[in-house]
Amino acid sequence: MSQMPQQTALSRCPSCEEPLESGDRFCGACGYDLSVVPARPDDHPTVALNGSLPPDGAAGPAWQAGSGPGTGPAGPGPLPAEFGGAAPGGHEPPAPGPQPPLTGSPLSPATGVRFDRPPQPDEYPLQAPDPRVAAELTTPPEGTTVCVACRAGRVDHDGYCENCGHAQPRERDHMEQECGAIAAVSDRGLRHHRNEDSFALGNAVLPDGSPAALAVVCDGVSSATRPDDASLAASRAAGEALLAALPQGTHPQQAMHDAIVAASHAVNALAAEPATAREHAPHQNAPACTLVAAVVTSGLLVVGWVGDSRAYWVPVDRSGPPARLTEDDSWAAQMVAAGLMNEAEAYADERAHAITGWLGADAYELEPHTASFKPDRPGVVVVCTDGLWNYAEAAEEMAQVVPLDAAARPLHSARVLVGHALDGGGHDNVTVALLPFPAPPQGAGSA
Amino acid sequence: MANFSKSSVPQFSVDVYQNEYLPEGGREVNAIVTVTATGGGTIGSAVAAPHLYAPGQGPDAAVAIMVDCSGSMDYPPTKMRNARDATAAAIDTLRDGVHFAVIDGTHVAREVYPGGGRLAVADATTRGQAKQALRKLSAGGGTAIGTWLRLADRLLSSADVAIRHGILLTDGRNEHESPEDLKASLDACAGRFTCDARGVGTDWEVKEVTGIASALLGTADIVADPAALAADFTQMMETAMGKEVADVALRLWTPVGTTVKFVKQVAPTVEELTDRRTEAGPRAGDYPTGSWGDESRDYHVCVEVPVANIGQEMLAARVSLVVPQPDGTTQNLGAQGLVRAVWTDDMVASTSINPQVAHYTGQAELAQVIQQGLDLRKSGDMDGATAKLGRAVQLASASGNADTAKLLAKVVDVVDAATGTVRLKAKVEEADEMTLETRSTKTVRVKK
Repeated sequence: MSQMPQQTALSRCPSCEEPLESGDRFCGACGYDLSVVPARPDDHPTVALNGSLPPDGAAGPAWQAGSGPGTGPAGPGPLPAEFGGAAPGGHEPPAPGPQPPLTGSPLSPATGVRFDRPPQPDEYPLQAPDPRVAAELTTPPEGTTVCVACRAGRVDHDGYCENCGHAQPRERDHMEQECGAIAAVSDRGLRHHRNEDSFALGNAVLPDGSPAALAVVCDGVSSATRPDDASLAASRAAGEALLAALPQGTHPQQAMHDAIVAASHAVNALAAEPATAREHAPHQNAPACTLVAAVVTSGLLVVGWVGDSRAYWVPVDRSGPPARLTEDDSWAAQMVAAGLMNEAEAYADERAHAITGWLGADAYELEPHTASFKPDRPGVVVVCTDGLWNYAEAAEEMAQVVPLDAAARPLHSARVLVGHALDGGGHDNVTVALLPFPAPPQGAGSA
Repeated sequence: MANFSKSSVPQFSVDVYQNEYLPEGGREVNAIVTVTATGGGTIGSAVAAPHLYAPGQGPDAAVAIMVDCSGSMDYPPTKMRNARDATAAAIDTLRDGVHFAVIDGTHVAREVYPGGGRLAVADATTRGQAKQALRKLSAGGGTAIGTWLRLADRLLSSADVAIRHGILLTDGRNEHESPEDLKASLDACAGRFTCDARGVGTDWEVKEVTGIASALLGTADIVADPAALAADFTQMMETAMGKEVADVALRLWTPVGTTVKFVKQVAPTVEELTDRRTEAGPRAGDYPTGSWGDESRDYHVCVEVPVANIGQEMLAARVSLVVPQPDGTTQNLGAQGLVRAVWTDDMVASTSINPQVAHYTGQAELAQVIQQGLDLRKSGDMDGATAKLGRAVQLASASGNADTAKLLAKVVDVVDAATGTVRLKAKVEEADEMTLETRSTKTVRVKK
């Protein structure tokens, strides 16, 4: 981190005043060569001075920046647009996350023209040092991280407080991402000690030039080893597979099927890796997770799933009926499908949530479910784990908690839905992604 | 000073075995901590005391052999002869360059070799001279072990070496000083040198010998047949020569509000360490473990943490290894283990017991019930003794501790090992009973 090129100190192009991204070597607007610009004489705080970057560099925990009121625990993906402004310099890009290939619009036709800028960059003074950051630099000695639990101890390199021993928030505890017109939020919940859910978002352009958006949500199986790694690997693999297949003209439903198979391979591969030193479980189960994904295009809505994570359809005009789009691979669903129990009985049983299908080396037989819909009206697709739908099981209940403006404000609405689950008790990790249908044209959603 | 390559340094590793999941309101966290030293060859003290290290051989060491020469050693006369032979065998096992001395122990301690408050440096000549001097050993006088230990301490501390070790042989009770005197001597010597103690014959007190070994972080054993002494002494000396790092302490850090319920070594023997803690900075304490060669030991750590909510995770203890340095600071050996606590509402997770913890809890109970059973037997409570020793048979059989099971079978008739049904033997050889008591703390490791 100490080798960060000095041009990151610039927040605007010295030639045309165009706001810059860190790491830019040329101005995106006028092409000015930034490497020849000397460091600014005045000592405004730079990225390197910000205490948010640990000296040992690698994989700097983003939560260290969390003491500023606006920054919050950052996710692996980019910070949501409205949070970006709170970072020093106003245009500090997101912390490098594990999902770089999926962020933004890799195939955006609008090269050279930036649409993903925070809507109101001038709200923040760009040149002046952020007072909150400055305060953070002076109060704790040596810029150390202070425990969030006792507020007295320093945090050691293992992520535990040196005073009270409490584990500190991890970057996956709360993740938010907005990607074009779609958004996702994932939260640890209130009863689990780590977030074993993961998600991936992406935008693609179909060969006919029409836009497509996709979201993948995975829920790690807690009884297996390293469920958090499984969900991360699966969501990434499926997201990458979809992003690669859709622009090539693969039918979305076929692409979905292939993506689930790719995710399954990714999770299976984890079983061969040695467990991390922390886990000395005598009986090790192969890492496993569920998966649900949705692709929306201008006229088509495709869902795919394995396990008990779900997708719901909620029309914009609430006079139309909402619907659940997936059929759980769960004991309860099988009982109902077989006509052995009614829904109420089945879900009251303690075995209700035992899943009968999952991604993982020990899955009996991978059966990727896919379904394709052609909705006749605009709406929003809710892609979520059971951490949410446990608190809004029926489609009507889900429709009630989805905000009316969900299609227009997906990130806000995803937060509302996570909040609903936490208010209900937050017994499990909660992850929800929202996709408006039809997929809005590229750029329009974020403008 | 020579430049030591990193690979010649013994590597310590720490592994933690635990079930970190606690139910709502749960406070007690148990963990088995396995400490392993490997790869040191014979060049371990390069870490702890590089200034004492001479290239091409093991760490500098000093050994004092204390031989009981009280009057009882002449009954039978073979005992004295065997003790002399055993000491000679031990001297032959000394590595060249090791400092050593032989002490004749009665109601006073006397230097046999080399004398003059010095230590000899082992080579062919001094080994020969020492063996010559052993001929002068003769039985006569009382037993005051504390004086032997104090002399050994004086002699051992006269050499600037990394490893200081004693070997003590006795055949009788410590009759010529009070238990308090012995206790005071042990306290004075603790941490200054390690000491193995052996009882020969059957006229000695088990608790005295095991107490000495325990206080001085060595081993205790019975040599019922004096003829077996030479082999035992040779083996003890070989072990001592294999030691690479002295004064290693187990450092336990615990967070605010956490209490350490106990810390004990559970393999290769059960050794209670809880009360031997010395504070080491805020919220940390050191527990002595003595000197280490290439070996592996297990420790059972039990701490009580403050209650936290479901879904919370905390570090309940951090285990590391330190070695004190001459300048008063300590050197951290690098390895560390984390003992965690995670509160969950998953009953399956929170109620399962880690197999390592369960195994060693059983092994510790085994040592305890043997001790209790033998004490009850001595005091005439045959029913109580039967119950305790029955439980011991059950535990030894269930955990696969075959050696202890064999020793138990010499004291009780086993009717059914699985249920712990036993009958006390009417006639028990004294040596068998003492062997069982002395070795009751030996444990076996979990079958992997």
